[in-house]
Amino acid sequence: MKNIFIFIRRYFNFLFFLVLQILSLVLLVNYNETHEAVYARVANEITGRINGQYNNVQNYFHLKENNRLLLEENTRLKNMLHTNFESADSARIIALDSTVRDTAGHQRKYTWLPAKVVNNTVSQQLNYLTIHRGASQGIKRDMAVIGPQGVVGTVIETSENYSRVMSLLHRNSKVSSMLKKGNVPGTVEWDGRDPHYVTLKNIPKSVAVAKGDSVVTSSYSANFPSDIMVGTVDMIFNDPGSNFLVIRLKTATNFYNIEYVNLVENVQWDEQRRLEAAPVRNQ
Amino acid sequence: MSLLVKNIIRFIFFILVQVYVLSQMPPLHQFITPYLYFLFILWLPFTISRFSLLAVAFLLGITLDYFLGTPGLHAAPCVLIAYLRPFLINVLISKEGAELNYAEPSIRSMGIAPYGLYVLVFTFIHHFYLVLIEWLQFGNFLYFIGKVSATTGVSLLLIFITEMLFFRKQKFRTNTA
Repeated sequence: MKNIFIFIRRYFNFLFFLVLQILSLVLLVNYNETHEAVYARVANEITGRINGQYNNVQNYFHLKENNRLLLEENTRLKNMLHTNFESADSARIIALDSTVRDTAGHQRKYTWLPAKVVNNTVSQQLNYLTIHRGASQGIKRDMAVIGPQGVVGTVIETSENYSRVMSLLHRNSKVSSMLKKGNVPGTVEWDGRDPHYVTLKNIPKSVAVAKGDSVVTSSYSANFPSDIMVGTVDMIFNDPGSNFLVIRLKTATNFYNIEYVNLVENVQWDEQRRLEAAPVRNQ
Repeated sequence: MSLLVKNIIRFIFFILVQVYVLSQMPPLHQFITPYLYFLFILWLPFTISRFSLLAVAFLLGITLDYFLGTPGLHAAPCVLIAYLRPFLINVLISKEGAELNYAEPSIRSMGIAPYGLYVLVFTFIHHFYLVLIEWLQFGNFLYFIGKVSATTGVSLLLIFITEMLFFRKQKFRTNTA
């Protein structure tokens, strides 16, 4: 026993070094599973506050650009208003079901919430955004984050007033997307090279793709509403080893100056997940 | 200004510069990530105990990590260079008793060649270990080699500029004063 104490005293610094090293690596490895941990929330809350202060200053310099983006988005949305279209006469079709409907008679699938971005990186391999809206304002994990120009990322962690978003520019981010022309589904990933470009995979070689084609979120994507802009085709690589194309996309979102984003919640997702998780019977 | 106050201000300054200036810069290339914050560890006084050196280094790394959203990624290399620092300082100090006469490592206290080597070695170790951890998560060998060398180069340039801009006047301390 005495020898153990002597050993510990003698190599105390080395042991302390080892403990800190292991602690760092454990934190790093477990990061994706420990969102619930209290310290992570506290840390998120504190860094979020500091980021918010800094952002108040930074925000001022982007006012002009923000105005332009909002104007463009408004125009786009106004173009989608129902009053712009004449619909077919559907008065004689009677629909009977018991699902929840809002007063306009539509079944709600997505709810949108605005949020301000207080921190954003593009230079790392694992990029995150911090937004000023958290669990108390109704943010949950896996909610989709969409900027005025297109897809931004997914919520991975929330504290009371702030949330952390995994940017599209993250080595682990995957967004289910499709070519707007022909609705061919594929996956969008980031290879870590250039924040202007992401990669679209799993598009069969039989599909005719041209430079400049739009790529939007697919209808299979659960957290993203479909037809949200992801990017435009910039370059097409013919991978000789497989039957699929590798397509480089120019991102729709300019990740350098995101100021405001929308968070989208799929309110029917729980039901879908329950159904998909249930074991299949009667087959 | 006492050493403690000076180092607390320095700590905040290095974190803010790293988070709000260097990490916000548009990247030149995939391999180039500008890092400067670990210079804080190299500038800590000679007299600091090894235990507090490790603790302070861990605190610095983990603070940066929580800003960048990667807990542990920067803390691990910081702790490593903090652990190795006393050994290298002992080897490099040529002047007899320099660690008693000067407060902290600098060009003035150690001489330009030993100080340059000191910075070079620790910059390299820091980036080597940092990119190694990153590489284990993803990437290929070319990524590893390229990123270590490019990032080390950029960091050395930044440290050189910092040393020129914020020239640290070091008082020569004697027992007689």
